[in-house]
Amino acid sequence: MEVLDILIQANFWAAAVRIATPLVFGVLGALLCERAGVLNLGIEGIFTAGAMAGWMAVWLGAGLWGGVLVAALTGAGFGLLHGVLTVPLGLSQHVTGLAITLFATSLAYFTYRTALPDIATPPRIEPFRPLDVPILSDLPFIGAVLGQQTALTWLALVLVLVVWWMLNRTPLGLALRAVGDAPEAVDAQGLSVYGLRIGAVCAGSALMAVGGAFLTMSAFDAFFFEMVNGRGWICIALVIFASWQPGKALLGALLFGAFDAFQVRLQTEVGAVVPSQVFLMVPYVLSILALIIAARRADYPRALLQPWFKGQR
Amino acid sequence: MKNDWGARLLGAALIAHLADWNRQMSEALRLTRRACVLAFAWALIVLSPAAGAQEPLAVAAIYTVPVEQQWVSRIDLALDEAAERGDITYVFSENVANTDYERVMREYAEQGMDLIVGEAFAVERAAREVAADYPDTAFLMGSSFGPSQPNFAVFDNWIHEPSYLTGMVAGHATESDVIGMVGGYAIPEVNRLMHAFMDGARSVNPDVTFLVSFINSWYDPPKAKEAAFAMMDAGADIMYAERFGVADAAVERDVRAIGNVIDTADQYPGTIMASAIWHMEPTIDRAIEAVREGRFEPIDYGQFSFMSFGGGSLIVDEELVPAEVVEEVRAKQDEILGGFFRVNVNDEEPVSDG
Repeated sequence: MEVLDILIQANFWAAAVRIATPLVFGVLGALLCERAGVLNLGIEGIFTAGAMAGWMAVWLGAGLWGGVLVAALTGAGFGLLHGVLTVPLGLSQHVTGLAITLFATSLAYFTYRTALPDIATPPRIEPFRPLDVPILSDLPFIGAVLGQQTALTWLALVLVLVVWWMLNRTPLGLALRAVGDAPEAVDAQGLSVYGLRIGAVCAGSALMAVGGAFLTMSAFDAFFFEMVNGRGWICIALVIFASWQPGKALLGALLFGAFDAFQVRLQTEVGAVVPSQVFLMVPYVLSILALIIAARRADYPRALLQPWFKGQR
Repeated sequence: MKNDWGARLLGAALIAHLADWNRQMSEALRLTRRACVLAFAWALIVLSPAAGAQEPLAVAAIYTVPVEQQWVSRIDLALDEAAERGDITYVFSENVANTDYERVMREYAEQGMDLIVGEAFAVERAAREVAADYPDTAFLMGSSFGPSQPNFAVFDNWIHEPSYLTGMVAGHATESDVIGMVGGYAIPEVNRLMHAFMDGARSVNPDVTFLVSFINSWYDPPKAKEAAFAMMDAGADIMYAERFGVADAAVERDVRAIGNVIDTADQYPGTIMASAIWHMEPTIDRAIEAVREGRFEPIDYGQFSFMSFGGGSLIVDEELVPAEVVEEVRAKQDEILGGFFRVNVNDEEPVSDG
């Protein structure tokens, strides 16, 4: 098989979309937080907590969508913690975020081990299955790519539209963007800066947690320690690549998914000539390159990382 | 304390003073405990001179991954069994970071463990140095290198023999003559088994070619699954399932798989044709006996994972593998057990056939 033939395989693009899905949730979540002016480095831990909580809920009999809800609420809970610490208390967003990652990861593992102290392999759940969407699944090529995707991937795609619409077409979106650019203006309008920021961090963290839940409820059917494996951090880079735009966030996630799907295929094709580690680097190196190009025109939210205190100039 | 999670949660630097308080507390507790033990020992000596001999050994294990991990689960199983027999008391710490490994080793050694079991793959030099500081404690560590004086014995999952046999099964079964292999890290103990498997497949089917990839993680089932899908897209019709996730991908595409280290046949019925299983019991039981009898030596326990010692075995699903293949494989197994056939050891990183 020629290397370029890989790129026209439907299975290749299906893999790219699968790999991209948790990233789409994560980037959208990070985007919401940062648009409101709060960097959320808790993302990696929130992914882990969401992966654990969602899977555990399903295993306990909550049903798949119940699991998604539990994951989202878990994420929102950590978001609330991050929001309270960084918004009204104005603590360092970097340090708080990293602490949230450590705390959420450890708490997820602790809960898992306490609930299942003596098991050889984690219990399996019945995960989301590929969704047969009428008309779309019948299209040539597109159908073969999208026909392999589960309901959560469709949810991610719909959420891109919803977040875009919310940010650009609703008063709430206007207020949210304003609170990340000029919180004093939002305050002058009589809106609550704290409320908007904390709300955005909670909503964003809920999305991140659903991204984690995708790993245990769709991509796989059980929770393992360390299975998030850096996917959260990728989202932090992708949100800059996306220049805080939902559409570009989807594009960035798909691009990363394609790089990763390409690298596994390349590894089996020409692995005899080039060491495997080179391929494992490829998605990250390409992401850095893409970032360098995109970041030059990146439009940072003006008040990102800046705490705002009422009545203080 | 059965695991190290409490310590991990406390691990953040901001509660260092709390940890310090904790240490003082445990110091105090240990003193009282030591006093109790001394009193108890004295009472034993006075009251019944012969009773001391059969006290269970204190064994601690330190794992860098969770106990669910394939390799570690086999050690945990063997130690659990020994504990159930009453030969040992068993505690373990899992998911210990390699950077924290020395500290945990020292903590257990300071607690007066008789035997410490673990894995030194990322801390080979440091682990040997710690062991040398505690000559009264026996160390039995998974390692890619050799044993060292005075008390550092090594072991590993030397199941290249059953891996060779599973390779024969795969070589017969493949119709496309393409076999896919997904590994965690390209380290000697992974490479060795892959090469043995490949040799076995080639011995019965010279036309077979291999697709090999590594995901550089022990635990990323979604990623392992994607790697497996990619290989099946490229024509692989038998998957060597070294990691969780590969067999799941095989099930989804209705392709057969070969298991490794643990028996997952009941989780994937109709998919796993054969598995090379590792048994840690022969190694652990010998080490426990040696420590108990005061003749523990820093030797390479690796050979006790060979088939002839019962450290490796082959499981074949006879519903998926034709009878004549089973017969051929069993005949080869007899040759191995009889000492007439040696499986080649090759620690090089395997690569795809170009």
